[in-house]
Amino acid sequence: MAEHTLEERFQAKIDAEIKIEPKDWMPDAYRKTLIRQISQHAHSEIVGMLPEGNWVTRAPSLRRKVALLAKVQDEAGHGLYLYSACETLGIDRDTLYEQLHSGKAKYSSIFNYPTLTWADIGAIGWLVDGAAIMNQVPLCRCSYGPYARAMVRVCKEESFHQRQGFEILLTLSKGTEGQQRMLQNAVDRWWWPSMMMFGPPDADSPNTQQSMKWKIKRFTNDELRQKFVDVCVDQAKVLNVTLPDPDLKWNEERGHYDFGEIDWEEFWNVVKGNGPCNKERLEARNKAWDDGAWVREAAVVHAEKRRAKKKIA
Amino acid sequence: MNTNWPLWEVFIRSKQGLSHKHVGSLHATDEKMAIENARDVYTRRNEGISIWVVESKHVVASNPEDSESLYDPANDKVYRHPTFYDLPDGVKHI
Ligand SMILES: [Fe+2]
Ligand SMILES: [Fe+2]
Repeated sequence: MAEHTLEERFQAKIDAEIKIEPKDWMPDAYRKTLIRQISQHAHSEIVGMLPEGNWVTRAPSLRRKVALLAKVQDEAGHGLYLYSACETLGIDRDTLYEQLHSGKAKYSSIFNYPTLTWADIGAIGWLVDGAAIMNQVPLCRCSYGPYARAMVRVCKEESFHQRQGFEILLTLSKGTEGQQRMLQNAVDRWWWPSMMMFGPPDADSPNTQQSMKWKIKRFTNDELRQKFVDVCVDQAKVLNVTLPDPDLKWNEERGHYDFGEIDWEEFWNVVKGNGPCNKERLEARNKAWDDGAWVREAAVVHAEKRRAKKKIA
Repeated sequence: MNTNWPLWEVFIRSKQGLSHKHVGSLHATDEKMAIENARDVYTRRNEGISIWVVESKHVVASNPEDSESLYDPANDKVYRHPTFYDLPDGVKHI
C-alpha cells in the first residue's frame, strides 16, 4: 500500500477521534513528536521533584510535611507513567534517561528556578501545578492512547497538589506581616516563569499547527496562557496578593484579562541552560543515577540468585 | 554489566467482582519487585485490591493490520444480536 494512503487513513482516524494505539501504523513525524513531548514531560515530572524536595525536611509542621512528601512522591509516579507511555513508541528507558542526564533532552524550564522560602512551596503548588493542570487536562484527550490514559491518572492526582499549595499561601496571607511579605515575594518570583510554562507565543511556535492537526494538542499556547491568567486573577484576590504585572486588567470587549509582555529572552536563556539552577538540577539527577548504580546491579544479581534457588527447589 | 531491568505489564482489579484492567507498565528485576513497584506506582490511592504483573515479552498480541480479517466477519452476523428478531409489542420479559 502506498505511503500516502496510509497517511490519509491515519489522519481520517484522528479526525474521527479514534485513538492511535502503539502497534497501529503512524507517520514517523507523529512518533518523533510524541517521543519528544512525552519524554520532556516525564523528565519535567522527575526534575520537578528537586525544587520541592528541598523543603521536605524543613516543612513547618507534620501536616505540611506529609502532604509535601505525598506530592513529591506523586510527581515521581507521574514521571513513571509517562516514561512507560513513551516506551510504547519504541524507545527504551535507559535511552530516555541518558538523554536527560547528558543534557540532550529538555524539561520544563520552570524547574530551573530556586525555592528560596517556604512560601515558594505554596507558590509552586498554586501557580506551577495550576499551569501544569491547564496544560494537562486537554492532553487527556490526546490522540495517542497511552499518553491520554497516563494523563487521566496524572490529572486525578494533580488537583490535590494545587489545593495544598493554595492552602499554604492562604495560611501565610492570614499570618504576620513578615509572612505576608514572604508570600508576596514568592508570587513575584514565580508568576512570570509560570506564564512561560505554556511555551512561546503561537506566532513563534511552528509545530503547534501540526500538533493540533494530529490532536496531540487541543489548544494553542496562547489560548492556555489566557485561561490561566483569567482564573489566577480571582484566586489572587482571595490570597490578598498582587500579581506582578502592571498591565493586568479586564478587557470587557474580549471577555478576558489583558496582560503585559513576557520576557522571552529570559525564557530562551533558561531553556538554553543558563537559568539559576540548570547546572544544579542536572548534577543532582546525574549524582542520583550514578550513586544508584550499585543498587541496580545488586538487584539484578539478587533476582538471578532467587531464580537459581527456585530451579533447585 | 547490563542493568536494564525487564519491562512488566501491570493489571489491577479495582474492586471485588470486577476484572483486572491494564494500567500501564514498569521495570523490575523479577516478579516480586514488579508487584512491589506496581503497588507504589499504580495504587497510591486505593485504586486496587489485586495486582497482576506479566513480563511484557510474554504478551502475545493480535496484529492491527489483521483487524479486517479478524473482526470483519462479525459485522455481517447481525443475527447474533437480540434486535435482529421481530417480536410483537405484547410479549413481556424477553
Ligand atoms: Fe505532576
Ligand atoms: Fe503536581
